[in-house]
Amino acid sequence: MIHVSNLSKSFRDKRVLNNISFDVPGGSIVGLLGPSGAGKTTMIKILTGQLSYDGGSVRVFNEEGGADENAGTEARNLTGRDKLRFGILMDNFGLYERLSCAGNLKVFADIYGVPHSKIRPALQSVGLEEAYRCSAMNLSKGMKSRLQLARVFMHNPDIIFLDEPTSGLDPKSARAVCRIIEEKKKEGATIFLTTHNMEEAARLCDKVFFLNNGKIAEEGNPIEICRRYEAEGRIHIEPSYADILEAVFLDITGKEAREEI
Amino acid sequence: MKNILVIIRKQLADTLKNKTILIQFILFPVLTVVMENAIHIEGMQEMFFTKLFAVMYIGMAPLTATASIIAEEKEKNTLRVLMMANVRPFEYLLGVGIYVWTLCMIGAMVMMMGVTGDRRPAFLGIMGIGFMISILAGAAIGIFARNLMMATSLTMPIMLILAFAPMLAMFNDTIRKVAKIFYTLQLKEILDGMNPREISHASVMIIFANAIVLLGAFIFAYQRKGLD
Ligand SMILES: Nc1ncnc2c1ncn2[C@@H]1O[C@H](COP(=O)(O)OP(=O)(O)OP(=O)(O)O)[C@@H](O)[C@H]1O
Ligand SMILES: [Mg+2]
Repeated sequence: MIHVSNLSKSFRDKRVLNNISFDVPGGSIVGLLGPSGAGKTTMIKILTGQLSYDGGSVRVFNEEGGADENAGTEARNLTGRDKLRFGILMDNFGLYERLSCAGNLKVFADIYGVPHSKIRPALQSVGLEEAYRCSAMNLSKGMKSRLQLARVFMHNPDIIFLDEPTSGLDPKSARAVCRIIEEKKKEGATIFLTTHNMEEAARLCDKVFFLNNGKIAEEGNPIEICRRYEAEGRIHIEPSYADILEAVFLDITGKEAREEI
Repeated sequence: MKNILVIIRKQLADTLKNKTILIQFILFPVLTVVMENAIHIEGMQEMFFTKLFAVMYIGMAPLTATASIIAEEKEKNTLRVLMMANVRPFEYLLGVGIYVWTLCMIGAMVMMMGVTGDRRPAFLGIMGIGFMISILAGAAIGIFARNLMMATSLTMPIMLILAFAPMLAMFNDTIRKVAKIFYTLQLKEILDGMNPREISHASVMIIFANAIVLLGAFIFAYQRKGLD
């Protein structure tokens, strides 16, 4: 579904991505992990044709989208058909602040040719049905994130790019979002996401890439990576109060979220 | 084509909630109706306020509305979302342009109440052309500006020149000679005559030149900055 080979990207003299190659098979959830500034957002921007790159090639949907190495590659010019198959969430993608939640989705439903009857279910799926008429500017940060997610998923894209989909969300909403992501995978979508939440990465992703210093430092199934590192004695696992606290949070805010997962 | 309609509909939904833009559209039409009905001074030019405010309307509303709509959409990154959803730049710009032009024309129809019947088509024609040129200028600023703040500070001086030069020209001959190069003053003088047969070649040429210069500015801004 996504095929990247020898991809390089520099900002002035700073090399952010250095000769990176990887594949994302169709129908899987792949996570891109790494410290702040590692180039995760940069990678998503390149894959979605929002940013040019310096060398290598990028292919999405089996269509060649880049030139040969050293050719000075422009931001990929996605065809209209490709764009309609994409769902993209970036943290800086804004909302129409003065329009209601439904109004925001209506604009994009019309663009994507989605019937208006799908708007209410889309809001329901992210727990915003009660905010149907609420102006986007009156939403909390977490509610805004969820409205953005509803916008990403509404047209049932084949390939979904999510840049930190759960950042800023409370644990319950974050789990709800993870559940939607898993549902979309069941429906056959391919999902490429970044996250700083390792628990989420472990639970959701079929495969993760650790990006560090411009290179992929580690890749594979998250559980297998954990087992391997533990077996090799490179890590030592202790019980975590963070997990316990999160369980407490879920217990207080409602059991249904926990039970559904 | 469908996307142009989507943009127009989105703007319409936004209009009633966007007070800064809404006031731009209704201020001068309302002012015109009020002043024309309230003030009658002996020896005052016929339809004095209608003609004056009509030109100020041309110089202000379409310019600031277009510039701020585009700049805000860039600032909030909603424009990027539209582009990623396969709305093409020309569809977006055309949608915004048609929306602003239509609302301004509705305002012009309100202003037209004091204009006698046979002059109304000429009045609307002149206004329609003026709006188009101003929208072009507004779009150039909106595209060039990095954010809403920058758009506002770029719009302000241009708006003042375009909207107030015709008024100041009535009192000062030097200003009048200089301001003649702007389309708003030319439109004001055409409005004063309001007779399509009396329009001079020079006026047409100046208005046309203004349109070309602003189209050039628009293309320059678009090529430099694109819509992202
Ligand atoms: N437009 C730009 N101009 C210059 N440098 C940039 C630009 N965009 C990103 N960078 C640099 O590229 C590097 C990678 O940025 P990026 O946003 O991809 O990181 P990230 O992995 O998404 O980080 P985070 O986890 O904090 O979101 C950073 O050092 C950043 O400063
Ligand atoms: Mg990032």
